[in-house]
Amino acid sequence: MSQAVIGADAPPAPTGRKTAGRLGDSIFEWLCRGAGILVLLILGAIILTLFIGGLPAFQAFGFQFLWSTAWNPVEGRENYGAFISIFGTVVSSVLAIIFAVPVAFGIAFFLTELAPEWLKRPIGTAIELLAAVPSIIFGMWGLFVLVPFVQQHIQLSFGETLGELPLIGFLFASNSFTGTSLFAAALVLAIMILPFIAATMRDVFSQVPPVFKESAYGLGATRWEVVRNVVLPYTRISVVGGIMLGLGRALGETMAVTFVIGNANRLATSLFDPSTTIASVVAMEFPESLMGSLKQSSLLALGFLLFVISFLVLAASRYLLRSRLKA
Amino acid sequence: MSSSTETVATETSSSSSFGGLQARSDAAINATARVSVRNLDFFYGETKALKSINFDLPEKQVTGMIGPSGCGKSTLLRVLNRMYSLYPGQRATGEVLMDGRNMIAPSVDVNELRAKVGMVFQKPTPFPMSIYDNVAFGIKLHERLSKAQMDERIEWALSRAAIWDEVKDRLDRSALGLSGGQQQRLCIARTIAVRPEVILFDEPTSALDPISTLKIEELIDELKRDFTIAIVTHNMQQAARCADQVAFFYLGELVEIAPAAQMFTAPKQKRTQEYITGRFG
Amino acid sequence: MIPAAPVKNLDVARRLGARRRFMDKLVRLLCIAAMLAGLFFLASILFTLLWRGIPALDLHVFTTEFQPTTYGDDTALRGGLMHAITGSLIQVVLATLIGTPIGLLVGTYLAEYARASALGNAVRFVSDVLLSAPSILIGLFIYQLIVLPMGGFSGIAGVLALAVIVIPVVVRTTEDMLQLIPNTLREAVMGLGAPKWKMIMLVCYKAAMSGIVTGVLLAIARIAGETAPLLLTSFGNNVNSFNLGSAMSSLPIAIYQQANSGFPDLIAIAWTGALIVTLGVLAINVAARTLLKTRG
Repeated sequence: MSQAVIGADAPPAPTGRKTAGRLGDSIFEWLCRGAGILVLLILGAIILTLFIGGLPAFQAFGFQFLWSTAWNPVEGRENYGAFISIFGTVVSSVLAIIFAVPVAFGIAFFLTELAPEWLKRPIGTAIELLAAVPSIIFGMWGLFVLVPFVQQHIQLSFGETLGELPLIGFLFASNSFTGTSLFAAALVLAIMILPFIAATMRDVFSQVPPVFKESAYGLGATRWEVVRNVVLPYTRISVVGGIMLGLGRALGETMAVTFVIGNANRLATSLFDPSTTIASVVAMEFPESLMGSLKQSSLLALGFLLFVISFLVLAASRYLLRSRLKA
Repeated sequence: MSSSTETVATETSSSSSFGGLQARSDAAINATARVSVRNLDFFYGETKALKSINFDLPEKQVTGMIGPSGCGKSTLLRVLNRMYSLYPGQRATGEVLMDGRNMIAPSVDVNELRAKVGMVFQKPTPFPMSIYDNVAFGIKLHERLSKAQMDERIEWALSRAAIWDEVKDRLDRSALGLSGGQQQRLCIARTIAVRPEVILFDEPTSALDPISTLKIEELIDELKRDFTIAIVTHNMQQAARCADQVAFFYLGELVEIAPAAQMFTAPKQKRTQEYITGRFG
Repeated sequence: MIPAAPVKNLDVARRLGARRRFMDKLVRLLCIAAMLAGLFFLASILFTLLWRGIPALDLHVFTTEFQPTTYGDDTALRGGLMHAITGSLIQVVLATLIGTPIGLLVGTYLAEYARASALGNAVRFVSDVLLSAPSILIGLFIYQLIVLPMGGFSGIAGVLALAVIVIPVVVRTTEDMLQLIPNTLREAVMGLGAPKWKMIMLVCYKAAMSGIVTGVLLAIARIAGETAPLLLTSFGNNVNSFNLGSAMSSLPIAIYQQANSGFPDLIAIAWTGALIVTLGVLAINVAARTLLKTRG
């Protein structure tokens, strides 16, 4: 009886419907593929427009552009160079990594090995929410909360103590006392990239098969020894990938840095000097630059350089994290 | 039924490299207890996984633990070196006595316990470092040795685990390049390098081919000269080949424990008899 | 014959053990400190936003456009953020409407058609790079592409810049969610004779729906706070504008401009705007996470 019901419910498919299905299939597949190709085109167009836009500057200054510290918008004597902002970008990002990695490791270690089960989710969520806070909010918080703190509590005491050191003292002694500085920018960046690095580390740590950890525990190792000697070596490639991801984010971060770095087109010699980064100089000066001016072209050229740098870092990060992506 | 029991027994007693089943069983009866388990209960959350377990591991003897999967034999092994304490919600009550101390009491340092009670796992677990560093890892936790002493100890451990000749020329190479059987012997070397008193084997050959399995079994027989050994296995032949004393677990209970010869020829309990003759499990 | 086990030196082991336990405790404490530091930053940001943002938070902020500073003049009309909220809503909604279908199609392509093809791998790689690429560069790109030819900043340029940011976010979650669907389900549907596109539209999308919605919500949360690309595209405007052809304000831009104005009354409004944006973004995030958690 049941067979009869099935038979009644399933009429033979007419041939017309089959071709419609095939046509629908190829239309849909091409829609999907076209969208995929559009993504490739967007990336290509970004590279191309930035390069073309920056071409007049590259032609005017040549390779000199890369290491020139000039930034002179006075008409007739216009001269622009990338070095100051490249320097600020790299130093603030690398400092941010130095500040953020140990803290991110601590959070990941806490979340995977130490936290009781009921605490893992709320704390993990809180750390992830930190990543969701818009960068302009970090900028305002940095300017109104962190910068005064740095100015009053860190810069003075560092200047008085470490500033006296031979050879490296100049790093900590500064004549600028506004508080907006490379150091403040690096701190804000560190807080912003912290959740990205911590989340990656937590994910890869928790992928270490328990039996490996157990064999180290079985030899009498403490939790710290297990993480240092087994978990970290086991995951080091992905951990470096996570750090590169954070670095990539720090290099291109704009608003938060613009608020706290001081935006000075001078070469910083001290951590507490104001400085600038590629992203913040573009944000500060591009909207008010004249269309088609040499200044605008120089800013586009800076944008092109930033794209190249962050593309390389992000590509490396993704390559290192590929095993995690597959898992 | 009885014929297949005999097969197990005859097969093993004919194997020359391991003392005869009867001889080993006699030794088991005469040995003193190194570890005594008393009234042990174990819980996964609310579930009781082990029910009032009582037995002894005789000194420098091999105790085989058998039973169908899920019977609690692996759980028991993980109680003996407190591996369970890594996981919230798992707890044990009762006593695991060594030298008169209850080793599962919170007052006993867990790392000190694990230095005394080592463990070898189902799957080989080489750490992502060199062969040398794998063996040195555990030693460095508990001792400070000079380079020469360390070299000497590592050679000793690797020789004792019957793998020295195979790896002595490539100690600085990654341990991940070894074959499965070699990796497992390396893990045994790593465990004995710490010089524990008791070694726990959790189905150590289940991931290995028959030849590697045979090597590990010979090794276990060799190691009992210095160490008290407990081995969980789902392979009855293996229990008969290696063990001096055999314990049969079923549904979280210790059904029967007896010298190997008695266990395989004349088990007292009906359930033991059925399991050994392959009625279930 | 191999010698027997050497005898243990218990003293050394005990002394070392004490040191190792100390190290372990120390590291644990440092980790807890790191965790507390992370929580502290979040708490400090939220507290600052509430403390500084609530004073100027009232209905007035939502119903009034920008006004010049009233500093020292109590009779003047106090400004608000209506123009910015309008602009943000228009740009975010349109960007989501443009970016989501494209992202959905790309994610579908990666999960259903090109799991291992060279083109698929290239698309996946580029999309992942775009996901973390500096957003200001997307602003520069749209500036060159739209603003320059049009001869001025415009709302549509802002919409397109945000849409470019939406695409990779939606791609990532869509692909991930579609890959979680077991192949047996696909085979069961195809086995009934359904064409592949119907299988995807009617069964896969349905099965992955909550995950895809999560991706869209996360994308909205991401672009709602974006400032840098808008600075170079829709630029900002002091009055309510519905004209996509001319400059348009947005909450982040209004916050940026008023926070840097130097006038305390404008800065207070900037904080209120910051509070609104952050609460909105965090609420969307929490909603997205809850949706994903409660999923089957």
